[in-house]
Amino acid sequence: MPSFTLKIRRYLPESGDAPFWQEFDVDLEGHRSVLEGILTAKAREDGSIGIRCSCRAAICGSCGVLINGRTRLACNTHLAEAVRESPEDGKIIVEPMNNMPVLKDLIVDMDAVHWKKIQRVTPWLLPEGPPPEREYVVPHENMVDVTQSMACIQCGACVSACLSMEVDPLFIGPAALAKAYRFVGDPRDGAQYERVKDLAEDPAGIYDCTHCFACIDACPKGVAPMSQIMRLRRVASRDHDIEDRNNGYRHEHAFVENIERNGLLHEADLLPDSYGGKLHPRAVPELIDSLPVVAKGLARRKITPGKALLHPHRRHYKDVRKLFKKVQAKDEPLELNLYIVGYEEEEEAAR
Amino acid sequence: MPSHDVLIIGAGLAGQRAALAAAEAGATVAIMSKVHPVRSHSNAAAGGINAALNPEDSWESHAYDTVKGSDYLGDQDAIEIMCREAPDEILWLEHRGVTFHRNETGHLGTRAFGGASQARTYYVADITGQALLHVLYEQLMKHHAAIDRYEEWFVTSLLQDAGGHCVGAVARNIRDGAMETFTAKGTILASGGAGQAFKPTTNALICTGDGIAQAYRAGAPLMDMEMIQYHPTTLLENGFLITEGARGEGAQLFNKDGERFMEKYAPNKMELASRDVVSRAEQTEIDEGRGVGPDGQGILLDVTLVPKKRILEALREIVNIGRDFAGVDITREPITIRPGQHYIMGGVKTDVEGRTPIPGLYAAGEVACVSVHGGNRLGANSLLDTLIFGRRAGAHAAARADGMPMPAEPPASRVRDEEGWIASLLQRGPGSGRRVSEIKDELGEAMNRHCAVFRDEQGLSTCLDVVRRLQEEARSAYVDDRGTIFNQDVLGAIELGYMLDCAEATLLSALERRESRGAQFRTDYPERNDDEWLRHITVSLGASGRPELGYAPVTITSWQPEERKY
Ligand SMILES: Cc1cc2nc3c(=O)[nH]c(=O)nc-3n(C[C@H](O)[C@H](O)[C@H](O)COP(=O)(O)OP(=O)(O)OC[C@H]3O[C@@H](n4cnc5c(N)ncnc54)[C@H](O)[C@@H]3O)c2cc1C
Ligand code: SF4
Ligand code: SF4
Ligand code: FES
Repeated sequence: MPSFTLKIRRYLPESGDAPFWQEFDVDLEGHRSVLEGILTAKAREDGSIGIRCSCRAAICGSCGVLINGRTRLACNTHLAEAVRESPEDGKIIVEPMNNMPVLKDLIVDMDAVHWKKIQRVTPWLLPEGPPPEREYVVPHENMVDVTQSMACIQCGACVSACLSMEVDPLFIGPAALAKAYRFVGDPRDGAQYERVKDLAEDPAGIYDCTHCFACIDACPKGVAPMSQIMRLRRVASRDHDIEDRNNGYRHEHAFVENIERNGLLHEADLLPDSYGGKLHPRAVPELIDSLPVVAKGLARRKITPGKALLHPHRRHYKDVRKLFKKVQAKDEPLELNLYIVGYEEEEEAAR
Repeated sequence: MPSHDVLIIGAGLAGQRAALAAAEAGATVAIMSKVHPVRSHSNAAAGGINAALNPEDSWESHAYDTVKGSDYLGDQDAIEIMCREAPDEILWLEHRGVTFHRNETGHLGTRAFGGASQARTYYVADITGQALLHVLYEQLMKHHAAIDRYEEWFVTSLLQDAGGHCVGAVARNIRDGAMETFTAKGTILASGGAGQAFKPTTNALICTGDGIAQAYRAGAPLMDMEMIQYHPTTLLENGFLITEGARGEGAQLFNKDGERFMEKYAPNKMELASRDVVSRAEQTEIDEGRGVGPDGQGILLDVTLVPKKRILEALREIVNIGRDFAGVDITREPITIRPGQHYIMGGVKTDVEGRTPIPGLYAAGEVACVSVHGGNRLGANSLLDTLIFGRRAGAHAAARADGMPMPAEPPASRVRDEEGWIASLLQRGPGSGRRVSEIKDELGEAMNRHCAVFRDEQGLSTCLDVVRRLQEEARSAYVDDRGTIFNQDVLGAIELGYMLDCAEATLLSALERRESRGAQFRTDYPERNDDEWLRHITVSLGASGRPELGYAPVTITSWQPEERKY
């Protein structure tokens, strides 16, 4: 049977010592999980290794850790896979999650961060009026839509991986915002407007996310918190006309339109477009605010006046427009959702 | 020293539902769990929850299926209550925000499940238990003013006054190791099952029978402990569950000759016969040499028969389980499974209000035995059991507490005794005996060898000898961790003691029941024998400190025992 080396970052608060590394060798098949590796070490060598775990099957959300620097669930990461990704000649490096205080070994204080943020988003249904006699009649698609955020097991992996949270600990963060969408997208909830307004106006709310994809990558359940945040933003600006403090939604649109018009991104036009055109009243102060950046860009030759004014990629624009037409001719594109399988069907039909 | 009207031990579905019901009735409530509530094992329930909510369905039909599924050992008064109250419970959950599956018209949709004459299982994709648990937890957060949550607290024993009444519990704060007493007018055990006494099992690592053993040690009788459910589809290698929902959606079972063998055993219901029936059929095929896999110990489950779109929409979780834990893409090839330990029908004996014979002590959920499952639980009836009887226990305990004085605080010596006991555990070193983990492994393997789908006197007696030896060895077993902060090692030693108590009660009851009924199949007594054994077996701690067997009648209301055919 193959042997694996686990290099675990230990921290025993009562010892008064700083965190230290300890290595354990375990004999297990490669398709066994890192959790089984840790539990084997715990059962045979040192029962004091601390790790929360229960289901062993990626359901209970207890066992989030860093494996070779990436946030994962220990129970659904194979030993062989972990070794392949190891930066240190075949040792599997296991550490506690980021962005939360460590209590002991691999156990972090979820209450102090994760659960506090969950509580921030009023995490319960606020129905309007008394309930109907039987069930609420709700379109199938809406239920499937919110079931994706319902699939969250509150493991905190996304919180650990989130870069914005690292910079701004106040950021409500991916898990709590995904939880918020579970209500915002639920037709039975009567407080959609209040919820999105609150999350849009909080400086640490939906516009604090930088689109870095780290949470999508870290999430073991396909909840795709960033996509849920994008949905919240869309509901805020499209359905409720709530002003976006960072102008993110309009920026996104301007981006797309800019490319459609120019064939490739024309940076000089993007900023004014985002604010509704060069002559829009909001565009002027924003443009003035941006001048130092433009000046710096000019000084470092990142921007050249010629390129800024004459967009060199313009000649491809016809091909690009064709692409746009093709995409726009399709029905409302399906969103990425675990439980909606339109794309899979297309792939099947193509075979 | 905290005191409340109602103290709830366990925050799975039964515990959380009890807490909400008690708070709704105006009681002050504490709910305590050794893991964060949403980590409770209820989250693993994939398939769904039964209720005759459809106008074409009836609660009588649901009740009859349950009675028949129980092999007539279920108490029919309790089954009637459960099935009658099921539809309203589903609507209560729906109104609180559970994202139940909808059909094309936007109404609640159902799926088929084993042992049922109608498709009456309501579900959320294949994360039903998780969705229910997380929505109840939302409600706990909402009602935080009335419900105090003690998360990551481990109950070590129940408190009793001089008259034997239960007046609370002693618990250890896992975060810092502090011991504390919690007094309460009523205490509800909702601490789940004991699957970890078997290896392998579909149950999580926390399912160690704590509440069953604590009630037993306090003098409460246990009932139906011989009835251990082996689920027909668990992964050959590690015992993980493939939900019955897979067969409900159309997956089929095959032996190594490619034969759909359920045709022989249950020609009408086929793969959707009762779990005991399907597990026995599989084990028979394996024992007669028609199994698959390296040692012929497996059976093939073919999920590819279900349309791919449906698999991805409704069985997503088992696609992941197949991929991550067996390396099989279930949408393209069959997966190898076998029967595996899954559920205990037995538990602390209660009445339909959740009351145990100890005044002030209630039990609900898998820890309890009402008995609605009798000899065999139907799929998707357990979540229902946890919610209905959790709610009833919560409401009853709250009503009982109203106007009652708070029990006197227990003497400080009670905590000191408990601290002393744990300190003595911590003092043992490698010289004193075996490792806790070794004893646990030996227990699980012995139970799975001798107390599984097929049993006989010789195997059961051998196993009982093993358990008695292990009980002795557990007294000197040692742990490595000497700390106070998150000392999981010492909790493991305490849990080992609980599991050994549960195993002993199971073996004694299985030896006593000299017939075959439901999940208990005795190869030395292969027939059901209603004349002698249409009764419950109980186990209680006798005055001598040894277990004592007893009997309780089965309540029959409308349905007389018949031969069971699927
Ligand atoms: C894999 C799997 C799938 C299943 N699928 C279905 C299904 O589809 N339909 C269905 O109806 N049933 C299903 N079941 C059965 C069902 O999930 C369980 O029987 C049910 O959830 C038990 O709920 P509970 O509230 O009684 O206990 P649990 O959810 O197990 O909760 C026990 C609670 O007690 C706490 N606790 C335990 N000991 C202590 C202690 N010493 N101190 C403090 N707290 C303690 C735990 O922390 C936990 O909070 C399934 C079971 C499994 C294993
Ligand atoms: S996409 Fe947004 S929420 Fe997700 S990790 Fe990045 S910054 Fe955080
Ligand atoms: S969104 Fe995903 S990563 Fe984040 S807590 Fe939920 S399950 Fe974990
Ligand atoms: S042990 Fe439950 S998620 Fe890993």
